Amino acid sequence: NTTISYTIDKSYDLHRLEQGPSLEVSCNKEEALDFYRKMQYIRRLETTSGNLYKDKQIRGFCHLYSGQEAVCVGMKAALDQNDSVITAYRAHGWTYIMGVSLLGVLAELTGRRTGCAKGKGGSMHMYTKNFYGGNGIVGAQIPLGAGIALKHKYMNEPNVCVALYGDGAANQGQVFEAYNMAKLWNLPVIFVCENNGYAMGTSVNRGSASADFYTRGDFVPGMRVDGMDVLGVREATRFARDFALTNGPILLEMVTYRYSGHSMSDPGTSYRNREEVQEVRQKRDPITTFSKRITEAGLVTPEELKEIDNGVRAEMQEVERRALTDPELDVQELYNDVYYQPEPGFKVRGCDNFTYEVSK
Amino acid sequence: VQMTVRDALNSAIDEELARDQKVILIGEEVAKYDGAYKVSKGLFAKYGETRVIDTPISEMGFTGIAVGAAMAGLKPVCEFMTFNFSMQAIDQVVNSAAKTYYMSAGQVSVPIVFRGPNGSALGVAAQHSQCFAAWYSHVPGLKVVSPYSSEDAKGLLKAAIRDPNPVVCLENEIMYGVSFPMSQEALSSDYVIPIGKAKIERPGKHITLIGHSRAVQFCLEAAAEMEKMGVECEVLNLRTLRPLDEEAIINSIKKTNHLVTVEQGWPQYGVGAEIIAKIMESEAFNYLDAPIYRVSGADVPLAYAKSLESNSLPTAQNVIKSIKKSLNIN
Repeated sequence: NTTISYTIDKSYDLHRLEQGPSLEVSCNKEEALDFYRKMQYIRRLETTSGNLYKDKQIRGFCHLYSGQEAVCVGMKAALDQNDSVITAYRAHGWTYIMGVSLLGVLAELTGRRTGCAKGKGGSMHMYTKNFYGGNGIVGAQIPLGAGIALKHKYMNEPNVCVALYGDGAANQGQVFEAYNMAKLWNLPVIFVCENNGYAMGTSVNRGSASADFYTRGDFVPGMRVDGMDVLGVREATRFARDFALTNGPILLEMVTYRYSGHSMSDPGTSYRNREEVQEVRQKRDPITTFSKRITEAGLVTPEELKEIDNGVRAEMQEVERRALTDPELDVQELYNDVYYQPEPGFKVRGCDNFTYEVSK
Repeated sequence: VQMTVRDALNSAIDEELARDQKVILIGEEVAKYDGAYKVSKGLFAKYGETRVIDTPISEMGFTGIAVGAAMAGLKPVCEFMTFNFSMQAIDQVVNSAAKTYYMSAGQVSVPIVFRGPNGSALGVAAQHSQCFAAWYSHVPGLKVVSPYSSEDAKGLLKAAIRDPNPVVCLENEIMYGVSFPMSQEALSSDYVIPIGKAKIERPGKHITLIGHSRAVQFCLEAAAEMEKMGVECEVLNLRTLRPLDEEAIINSIKKTNHLVTVEQGWPQYGVGAEIIAKIMESEAFNYLDAPIYRVSGADVPLAYAKSLESNSLPTAQNVIKSIKKSLNIN
């Protein structure tokens, strides 16, 4: 077999859309291996991140993406290279899929100069071309995403902005303000609610009067998507992208799950039980369900996947080694990047009146 | 008895919930999760969902709801998971809570407390590491307290809850787990610390060090170090930032003739800047034998990487350097 095609398990729920994407999805072997590899890279990256956090090599907050891999991998596969993305603090997977190397992500987490923000940003603040973060303030990235879409429209670019938020952020007021203006001005933005079931320790039904996140833009058309099915996600994104370029904003709710706690200080067990997590792992895991499908259909062999797994493991070991041994920035650099193009000789005060450094 | 700052805050809220039916606790994860930093541990189990209220992630909304409830006569304790998130709601704090009593010519009072961890924690980068002391202390109509020790935390928070005005209580996450001795008096459910009064943590005659919250610790460390050189530092713990205890500041300067201010926030228009301005405007200016020096956070957003972060935040070493300069010690 050179391709696999199937009808998705859960049809898309539609809001103010007469017709949704095709329920038939397919991919060829090359794509299948690519998706599998990327999802495994992210899973492995997050496992490594979790371990390094426990070893105190990663500090502060660290929000893992494990369980949600199909969302970023599937979506990116349907985007143009000049489309933009902005997300919240659970940013590692998206940073990688937008083009930052594994070392760029992991070294950022360990605060090294080889990190994608040279160690200045950390877990929540990662950036690269067409990827605007990594925002630590819940909900703030949604108007920003609409603003990025405004630029695409203003410049007559054939591109969209994907603005992602969680089920918790869905209750922030500025999200609704952004819906309204995006619709008023027909901005080419795809709002994406990654619904992983929990806003920190608050389950969806305890925080949201309506858990139908795909309808909460009211006048913004929306669609609920199984966020655990990478091909279904890609199909929905293709549809949403075309729609947004022609008609303005659309809202995708990606139904997904996070295996870890909210952040590393949260064991993630006080507000849900282990059985629930186990059940998702066994029945809905985006990687195992996909690998099962593509091997059972004869598109790829288990050996080919095994080979990928071994490659991922080997590469991560080297990346981990470098993330632990690469140097941090020189301390002097803390004074730089405060302003873009400061006046020559512009000085910044340190912690006392005897410490001033020239800022570049 | 030793008690952590976290437990002291918890007992303050617990005692005030027990004392006054009009007191409620509202915020993100304060109830079933026992608080993001466990300050409200056990209170939901004890007082139930009508008095300890979990909110969605909707800062502007729940802050406005809390302010409205206060206008109508409840006494909400509104928790910000961290003060960084209070920026989402600062309009309700400044424009609704702080100004309504004045705008209504005394008809509508707003007895509310806004509280939560303030300043930098460790390794949480720029958006989660800032001090709001200068921001809120700027606003007439607000009172601002900033506890250092467990006694401070309990006495100031209880005073804040009982105060008929909007009070901002700036705590510090790193201090939550630190234990301090609690006097017999401080263990009492009637223990309140008057808002507007500073505390001399350590008397001395050669130089005054003024700090609030965790910066008091740097002052005390520096004072212990300077003692070895025969320098006796007087450490003044501000406790309240607005109204500022000008009398305590002036009296201490009259005694020591030298001053170093210490804060974790940015220097520009900050707490130290205000103290210095107040001194310039008072008779204390005539008692100074040297310029006043400020110790503060570096004038940059906070980086994540450890070495950059630690060099952007003040330590006792910055205080010692400033003391030596002031006293002309090499």
